[in-house]
Amino acid sequence: MAFSAYLIHLGILSCMYVMLAISLNLALGFTGMLNLGHVAFFGIGAYITAILSMQGLPLWLTCILAIIGGLIAGILLAFPTARLRGDYLALATLGFTFIMAAIARNWQSLTRGALGIPGIPRLVASNEQYLFWISLSTVIVALLVSWLTKSSIGRTLQAIRDDELGAMVLGKNVFAYRMLALGVSASIAALAGFFFAHFITFIDPSVFSIDDLILMFAMVILGGLASNKGSVIGGVIIFLLPEPLRFIGFSSSIVGPARAILFALILIGMLVYRPRGIFGKVDLS
Amino acid sequence: MSFLELKNVCAGYGALKVLNNVSLRVDPGEIVVLIGPNGAGKTTVLKSVFKLVDVYSGKICFQEKDVRALHTHDLIQLGMSLVPQGRQVFGSLTVRENLEMGAYLTQDNDVVQERIASTLLQFPELKPKMKDYAFALSGGQQQMLAMGRALMQDPKLLLLDEPSLGLAPKMMQTVLNRIKKINEQGTSVLMVEQNARQAVKLADRIYVLEDGKVALHGGKDILSRKEIQHIYLGGR
Repeated sequence: MAFSAYLIHLGILSCMYVMLAISLNLALGFTGMLNLGHVAFFGIGAYITAILSMQGLPLWLTCILAIIGGLIAGILLAFPTARLRGDYLALATLGFTFIMAAIARNWQSLTRGALGIPGIPRLVASNEQYLFWISLSTVIVALLVSWLTKSSIGRTLQAIRDDELGAMVLGKNVFAYRMLALGVSASIAALAGFFFAHFITFIDPSVFSIDDLILMFAMVILGGLASNKGSVIGGVIIFLLPEPLRFIGFSSSIVGPARAILFALILIGMLVYRPRGIFGKVDLS
Repeated sequence: MSFLELKNVCAGYGALKVLNNVSLRVDPGEIVVLIGPNGAGKTTVLKSVFKLVDVYSGKICFQEKDVRALHTHDLIQLGMSLVPQGRQVFGSLTVRENLEMGAYLTQDNDVVQERIASTLLQFPELKPKMKDYAFALSGGQQQMLAMGRALMQDPKLLLLDEPSLGLAPKMMQTVLNRIKKINEQGTSVLMVEQNARQAVKLADRIYVLEDGKVALHGGKDILSRKEIQHIYLGGR
């Protein structure tokens, strides 16, 4: 019984990471935006959910507000970074993550700072039901993003990634498309944050951690840039891979570094032998 | 009134002024070529017409409409297309998708298919490649695809930025011949070329740019004028 509860726990978190990987891939893989602010959108969604549900707002409303909050954050981030590309965009968006983490740590009247927000109400009574709802949401997100990337909008996003000037001279509004991609990507990350807050029932500024950001990038790179199927596979593999380490019986002081070594080996191996990932269509450049 | 007319245009990138009082015109059916040494501002002329750089002062009119008051997609609808330097095809899309991207202002699928057919008449070498990814094409084929993508907009005026850049001599000749053919079917051309000798053969009129100004203007005999040597090689 305990083992099945563990599997359900893994299933729930896998779904959450798949949502994060799919949404990151929309900005990173399909649109070519090296966005290191993705974890901030996740954190924003989690904090909006936590703060509002502690005020007694109903769940459906906090869910919608978290998504809208992510969307607004994505659109707002698109403005100051409109002219930035590549490494410069990466640095600016990483700065955004740091700023959000600093706000969460220091705006104590709102976020309780480093103490975090405990006692966030659970979404549903049992984890089985939770798994159902998060799976359903993940499927909807996957179908939505898959439809979007196959539509003429998705084709234009990829054209912008391949050659921005080429897209501009065809009359495409590059800024509007980038804003759209970042907004949709951010709102999905915020939805993942909503599920996270209600599942763990406690959040603190560590939701903005760079470790999680690296995990998301590893998922997208392993699965392959500009591949939704890849995001699903990459998300599940990267999340589940270190789990067996728990059962080998190493002490926890070894399991942590062993996880890190395992990730490093996978990423190095991928970059050497299969730089485009499992299903990737484009190079990371 | 000319088809395209630039009057005393000053343009550049932010604080960096590149064009200084440039005036030129393109009449219907003409091939006009811009030549000049590196850094003279040839590309900036095309970009200023297509609203890709800041225009500080002067007048740019296309079919008697003020270009400065329009958006890029309005210009395309009016019948102007630009093929930028360095080919700029969408590598991860197929050749067909690249061509379709060119016609996105047209909603009618029949028209799109018609234009693909007529583009393939101009560039028959693209036909067997329609399902291939654009990154897999050779340099010459990519140039043809970039030009084909612009033709999908059914332009009345085609702006070409160094179409022969980086091509083998034989391919360069092919590309220039195609430009001639496109022009013969009624599209006016304003072209920037490094390869002055080849380009001048095609041209009805030539403008020579130097330091952001029009230094010379004339017909095919322009290369034999002695000022040309000064412009290209310096020393006066």
